Amino acid sequence: MKQLLILGAGTAGTMMANHLNHELDKKDWKITIVDERTKHYYQPGYLFLPFDIYEPSDIVKEIEEFIPKGVNLLKSKIDRILPKENSVRLEDGKELHYDLLIIATGARIAPEETPGMQDEEWHKSIFDFYTYEGALALRNKLRNWEGGKLVVHITEMPIKCPVAPLEFAFLADSYFKHKKMRDKVEIVYVTPLSGAFTKPKATAALDHLLHDKNIHIETDFAIESIDYAKNALVDYSGREVSYDLLVTVPTNKGDDLIARSEMGDELNYVPTNKATLQSQAHQNIFVLGDASNIPASKAGSVAHFEAEILTENILRFIKGEPLKADFDGHANCFIETGNGKALLIDFNYTHEPVEGTFPFPGIGPLRLLKESRINHMGKLAFRWIYWNMLLKGTHIPFVSTSMQESGKHYEEVEN
Amino acid sequence: MTQTKMIGNKAITVNEEGYLVDFSHWDKQVAETIAKEVNIDLSQRHWEVLNFLQDQHKKEVALNIRKVGSSGVVSIKEFYTLFPQGPLKTATKIAGIPKPASCI
Ligand SMILES: Cc1cc2nc3c(=O)[nH]c(=O)nc-3n(C[C@H](O)[C@H](O)[C@H](O)COP(=O)(O)OP(=O)(O)OC[C@H]3O[C@@H](n4cnc5c(N)ncnc54)[C@H](O)[C@@H]3O)c2cc1C
Repeated sequence: MKQLLILGAGTAGTMMANHLNHELDKKDWKITIVDERTKHYYQPGYLFLPFDIYEPSDIVKEIEEFIPKGVNLLKSKIDRILPKENSVRLEDGKELHYDLLIIATGARIAPEETPGMQDEEWHKSIFDFYTYEGALALRNKLRNWEGGKLVVHITEMPIKCPVAPLEFAFLADSYFKHKKMRDKVEIVYVTPLSGAFTKPKATAALDHLLHDKNIHIETDFAIESIDYAKNALVDYSGREVSYDLLVTVPTNKGDDLIARSEMGDELNYVPTNKATLQSQAHQNIFVLGDASNIPASKAGSVAHFEAEILTENILRFIKGEPLKADFDGHANCFIETGNGKALLIDFNYTHEPVEGTFPFPGIGPLRLLKESRINHMGKLAFRWIYWNMLLKGTHIPFVSTSMQESGKHYEEVEN
Repeated sequence: MTQTKMIGNKAITVNEEGYLVDFSHWDKQVAETIAKEVNIDLSQRHWEVLNFLQDQHKKEVALNIRKVGSSGVVSIKEFYTLFPQGPLKTATKIAGIPKPASCI
């Protein structure tokens, strides 16, 4: 009996467990998935929790519910991978042999990377919303906050769902308007980038929205430390930005198990072939989701597109056939813009976010790069799709794995 | 859109943001001229950093501030002192290599 081992039962690992449970012959293969948690968190929901739009029960469910019966689910912290021995060591010292390994241990926030961030003021005047605990603490803070200067901040790129901090700023604007206290709140968006987003086309649209919503933007800010006694962010050139309430996205890193296994880059991401999703160092190891270093967005939608291609590549690998180099970096995200509206962007390795309609060329109903109410409904529907289709590996009707070019106005990216 | 720019009596081609299009046009005089435009006088320390960046570029390593800071060649703090305001953007321009693509 051969062993297929999946590390991490988050978005990507769960999808792979479901796909492979269908595809692999159980006479030959045993599938095991390991995670240290018992709960599955719907991370896109962390954006809505602070504003009382979602409740905890909307975004937390049991991992077990989503792992198919034929797959063995183990609850344990993973200590390290021993790639030369084809084995994984768990925290209690137990070793699991594998013939094929899938790494899907995601990315986490690392507030300890910035001096002053995780000290006395952590979850008092300095918050993150990239964890369940952070988003919940922030919700409680916002419920009673009387106003002042709110700073929404990105520490360094890359981060998961790179538009989430912008969406947070937009949603904050409408939250305070709704509470009839927008005049008591100054909102400042502080970013290490030179504009609102990483892609020029989307940046132009988003810069415009920031301006419309009276959100001031501070660009090229490379944070060195937080002076929490003075309530200020300090950058390497000595520039300071003060705050009353700081909502920061700390440095994102792959899990430390990757460092312990000596398999990662300087941020613990595993070097991975961006088209086949095979690890660059080991043929029988594949990486998907936030854990890899491929230059695609760290997003659930990306993991979904990857999972379809990876499933096929694993079947090919098992049969000894050449891998399909098919992954094109396709990402597709809704961007909440507040007041019940959203934008939708769609892009890949070589194409800028495009304008047009999605998923049907020329018809939509979703409009790319344009604020609309139906896009917002799409974002909310995404939660249902996530729990009921995405995790189970159901193909989403009409949405193809590689990016479609018809019906969209796109520009080729240079280089 | 590219433009031609005269440095001394040599014509070099740069893109719309002023980055060299062809590294073979680069030499020390080009570096010094671009540095002057942003009010930097190149010292020995500057050169050590520029050489490191060029070397990384040759090895096709994607550059970011964190990588430079953990290289042992220069700390992030000193990198900012040497090349104020967007050190990576400025230093790559002087080094004659492409502006690092910001990650997604
Ligand atoms: C605020 C926010 C908003 C977002 N919004 C969107 C959105 O709108 N659309 C979208 O597509 N994506 C969004 N994302 C991104 C999306 O949630 C992630 O890209 C996706 O969850 C990645 O899946 P993954 O399986 O790679 O990692 P995860 O889902 O994080 O799973 C990793 C799993 O590995 C386990 N693990 C890690 N290390 C160990 C260890 N040592 N031992 C045992 N277990 C371990 C963890 O417990 C976890 O269960 C958002 C993310 C955030 C934070």
